[in-house]
Amino acid sequence: MTLQHFMKEAISPWMRDEGPDSDIVLSSRIRLARNFSDISFPLAGNKEKLQEIRQFFQNKYEHESFQDYEDFALLSMEDLTAVEKRVLVEKHLISPHLAKNQHAGAALISQNEQVSIMVNEEDHIRLQLYFPGFQLTEALEKAFELDDWLEEKIDYAFDETRGYLTSCPTNVGTGMRASVMMHLPALAMTKQINRMIPSINQLGLVVRGIYGEGSEARGSIFQISNQITLGITEEDIIGDLRGVVKQLIEHERKARTRLMEQSGKQLEDRIHRSYGVLEHSRIIESKEAAICLSNVRLGIDLGMIEQVSRNILNELVILTQPGFLQQYAEKTLSASERDELRATLIRERLQLEK
Amino acid sequence: MECQDCHKRPATVHFSQSINGNKTEIHVCEVCAKENGYMPYQEEGYGLHHLITDLFNIDSAITGAQGSKQQFKQIQETKCPQCGMGLSEFKRIGKFGCASCYETFSSRLDPIFRRVHSGNTKHFGKIPKRRGGDLRKRKELDAYKEELDRLIKEEAFEEAAEVRDKIKALKGGSETGEKE
Ligand SMILES: [Zn+2]
Ligand SMILES: [Zn+2]
Repeated sequence: MTLQHFMKEAISPWMRDEGPDSDIVLSSRIRLARNFSDISFPLAGNKEKLQEIRQFFQNKYEHESFQDYEDFALLSMEDLTAVEKRVLVEKHLISPHLAKNQHAGAALISQNEQVSIMVNEEDHIRLQLYFPGFQLTEALEKAFELDDWLEEKIDYAFDETRGYLTSCPTNVGTGMRASVMMHLPALAMTKQINRMIPSINQLGLVVRGIYGEGSEARGSIFQISNQITLGITEEDIIGDLRGVVKQLIEHERKARTRLMEQSGKQLEDRIHRSYGVLEHSRIIESKEAAICLSNVRLGIDLGMIEQVSRNILNELVILTQPGFLQQYAEKTLSASERDELRATLIRERLQLEK
Repeated sequence: MECQDCHKRPATVHFSQSINGNKTEIHVCEVCAKENGYMPYQEEGYGLHHLITDLFNIDSAITGAQGSKQQFKQIQETKCPQCGMGLSEFKRIGKFGCASCYETFSSRLDPIFRRVHSGNTKHFGKIPKRRGGDLRKRKELDAYKEELDRLIKEEAFEEAAEVRDKIKALKGGSETGEKE
């Protein structure tokens, strides 16, 4: 497989577009949890019923299209290898829970990979929709339309007082988890983010370092999402989240400016060193790669590096995870083999930019 | 056995993986297992089942004090008629087995929801279009009626008349409520 071809498969088509505020916000996501009213949830459901649900999705929605989300493909979990599932997880198209799963799990994925409907995850239906950049309102609007489209053929488990009924009490009500993926290198470098997290939590929102623990260590990518799903409308949840994201964007921009003013040379040095490491290393661990990629992406955003496209962070962070590396190698790799292949892939990818 | 990945720490996570049909045994330490994504990273890692168990324990500590009769009742626990989930199982896993569980355990749920959803127990938000048609209409009517009362109080009679027409239309026509 050539690198170009491999990457084409690795990067979801929607990720190529730049959304609003895409210097800081990588993507916006809405996830809705829904269930069939008269079938037990996957954890308690009998196998045949769950099979029937999957069959239903296959019959009614496979190769169907809804607006821009064309030609849905249905992937049954038991038809996939461990590495294939892992790759879908790394692309955020399925959850680790679905990958590990049990009976009759499937994912219905639109051609552009913007929509993924997980079937028989923790709930019968987990509808996920991604938008590039900061587009929560747009994402919610489309998620509602997709939800209505599904509801035309499905009787949802819904209760007047409790709302959409879900397997886990943390999702009941709206069943909605809205999240935004942000690149916050300046706030991470200056450790300001640590001071901001508690006040964000007080608003019922959660901040997670996305590729593991230790923020700066993992490429300064953070996911901000709502925790509360009951007693608040979807629009209000999005409103709160939007407010916090806007503030974070503002703070990050200020922190970047201040860094440039106060320690511009050091920052420039750091960014170019990272670029050098990515361009020339022969062995690189995922942690170091994530830090360097974050620095290079910051360098691109600050205009210090001009010859490289912005998407490189999103792309290479995904591409250099273990699942993708092993898919590329078409075999299981040891940690040191992965570190070598990671370095090779990054070098070759940067070559493509020239 | 040492971890096959880092060759430093002892292997504590063991499983087999099949890639392209070849089965491989994997023995790694916890750190490497996490690093490689072999461990599930928890999306909602709030120790929810602990929370629920705690709430039930407080609950039964209170009721338990009232005597053994009550406790006996708890042993013959309520089971969900649809999925068969019992209270003890719900306590253990912290998840519902089906939509009917919400009714089965309804008297127990408010404290749980309050804790998880910062004091909330009732849904405000989207209502299914088809299934919730009636409820949708009722909620819309309630909103209009409130507005009407307010307008009358403010003596804004012209606007009030408009709202009254909307209410009439909503009550009369069956499809009018669907699109604005
Ligand atoms: Zn290890
Ligand atoms: Zn049940």
